[in-house]
Amino acid sequence: MVERLAEAVRATVPDAVLTTDRGGAELVLHAGRPGLLALMLNLRDTPGLAFQQCMDICGVDRPERVERFDVVYNLLSLTLNHRLRVVVPAAADTPVPSVAGIWPSATWFEREAWDMYGLVFEGLSDLRRLLTDYGFEGHPLRKDFPLSGHVELRYDEARKQVVYEPVSLTQDFRDFDFLSPWEAMTTLPGDEKVHLNRIPAPKP
Amino acid sequence: MSITTTELAPNQIQVDSHTINFGPQHPAAHGVLRLILEMKGEVVERADPHIGLLHRGTEKLIEHKTYLQALPYFDRLDYVSPMCMEHGFALATERLLGIDRDIPERAQYIRVLFSEITRILNHLLNVTTYALDCGAITPALWGFEQREHLLEMYEQVSGSHYHANYFRPGGVAKDLPAGMESRIEGWCAQFPAFIDKLEGLLTNNRIFKQRTVDIGVMTAEQAIEWGFSGPCLRASGVAWDLRRSQPYDVYDRMEFDIPVGRHGDCYDRYLIRIAEMRQSLRIIDQCLKQMRPGPVKIADNKLTPPKRSEMKRSMEALIHHFKLYTEGYHVPEGATYSVVEAPKGEFGVYLVADGTNKPYRCKIRAPGYAHLQAIEVLSKGHMLADAVAIIGSLDIVFGEIDR
Repeated sequence: MVERLAEAVRATVPDAVLTTDRGGAELVLHAGRPGLLALMLNLRDTPGLAFQQCMDICGVDRPERVERFDVVYNLLSLTLNHRLRVVVPAAADTPVPSVAGIWPSATWFEREAWDMYGLVFEGLSDLRRLLTDYGFEGHPLRKDFPLSGHVELRYDEARKQVVYEPVSLTQDFRDFDFLSPWEAMTTLPGDEKVHLNRIPAPKP
Repeated sequence: MSITTTELAPNQIQVDSHTINFGPQHPAAHGVLRLILEMKGEVVERADPHIGLLHRGTEKLIEHKTYLQALPYFDRLDYVSPMCMEHGFALATERLLGIDRDIPERAQYIRVLFSEITRILNHLLNVTTYALDCGAITPALWGFEQREHLLEMYEQVSGSHYHANYFRPGGVAKDLPAGMESRIEGWCAQFPAFIDKLEGLLTNNRIFKQRTVDIGVMTAEQAIEWGFSGPCLRASGVAWDLRRSQPYDVYDRMEFDIPVGRHGDCYDRYLIRIAEMRQSLRIIDQCLKQMRPGPVKIADNKLTPPKRSEMKRSMEALIHHFKLYTEGYHVPEGATYSVVEAPKGEFGVYLVADGTNKPYRCKIRAPGYAHLQAIEVLSKGHMLADAVAIIGSLDIVFGEIDR
């Protein structure tokens, strides 16, 4: 199933970079920003691919990379019953071509990606925030955005209006590090020389 | 329906367009929808939904929780069909863990059984409150009684009416209590008569039909390009059901029909939901007949808790219990987009794992999100009261849309 789809994608897009997820169960197409629209149009209009629906677009933040975001498109073909994931790397200052002209359903997904990650979509007519508050600052799903946020809101009885104030937590956020020394910590303190003398186990 | 104001008869007046706020505290907004409607007289010119008033940052919170702790957030997404939401996340986690083929059969049957109970729960709420939006009060009063019976079943298996936290990665939390199967059977025996009574109130009701037939028409092409799924897509004539085309758990063993509409209007969306309730009954019936006693979660105690009785005797069981509920389990690096056919449509979870005990990213694809987006296409040129019928027919729940 996935192999057939991969072949069909390669037949249309000869230089496609394809990988799979979950041990070959889901096909992922890695694409670049230039030529994205042509690629997406191809994916929609080629009879052997026929991705009529764009079910989801979302961002993923990987702060350790230079182009720190991934834009992930999950496409679905109703007629051929297959799915494809398209992953496009992007940075906050490099606009990604908007696919809203190909699938109108992309409009809100792209607005949400802008809202949550600050990803800019070129050609999207409506780049307003969607889920956050009016006048919200920042992009909450970025990894460097704190879980508690920056401001909190309350109703001020004296001023008879809602006011925004910096977040003050009565109790510190308890973020337990449960990464166990048995599984995650491979070197115990004071035991570093173990690794120096260890002979790597033969590969099974 | 559309009006033209360019050529006016002598006794007509030009109506200025004006903007009204529909919601966020409007009973027909089905929650906290703020819909900004630009009206030309009584006719909707433009509809701009402002959502996010119920945004709780679920996706952000999930990134800070272990997989087991993240699961209850899903009950709170679409709070009228909680177990189907859990199902999506449980499947995604299982697939990343690589245990999706090892789930015990009984657990799969229980999940399908309760997914279908959930579907009826959802459709009962939608159909009846939708009728309420169109001026019929009785269906809601009747429907909520039936919902209460189903929610009691929820409570008996999970301990909670709504926030069940019942489907877990690796199976379900616990087995059905004694006598549950016969209780469900008993309930199923009386339900078809109830649907008939409900249909008697609505299906041929003149007022209901005037409010819904040919209102909010979505052609198949439009529905597809707007990302529709579930009953809203099927009402437009596309026979697409994930339970059939991409079956999960034991849906491939179930016999059921996929009701398909022809016009894609509000009335068809109502008819589809009624027909789906009858199909759900068939699936429930087959589950009860095919189900055999057996384990309800995989035996690996690194992923599912050990028995309470074992914990009293076995040190290892105690350690497993402690480790599971504090650290959780480590999910191997990878990503998956897993979908279930939720009552409202395709509910997808895009889960990225980085090898630790917490999801790196969890994107929730809610069906209602795509449906609400199309509200402008659906309501343009209709009257204000039709916008209410359209919102009702789309089955909007803000828990899942705002996340």
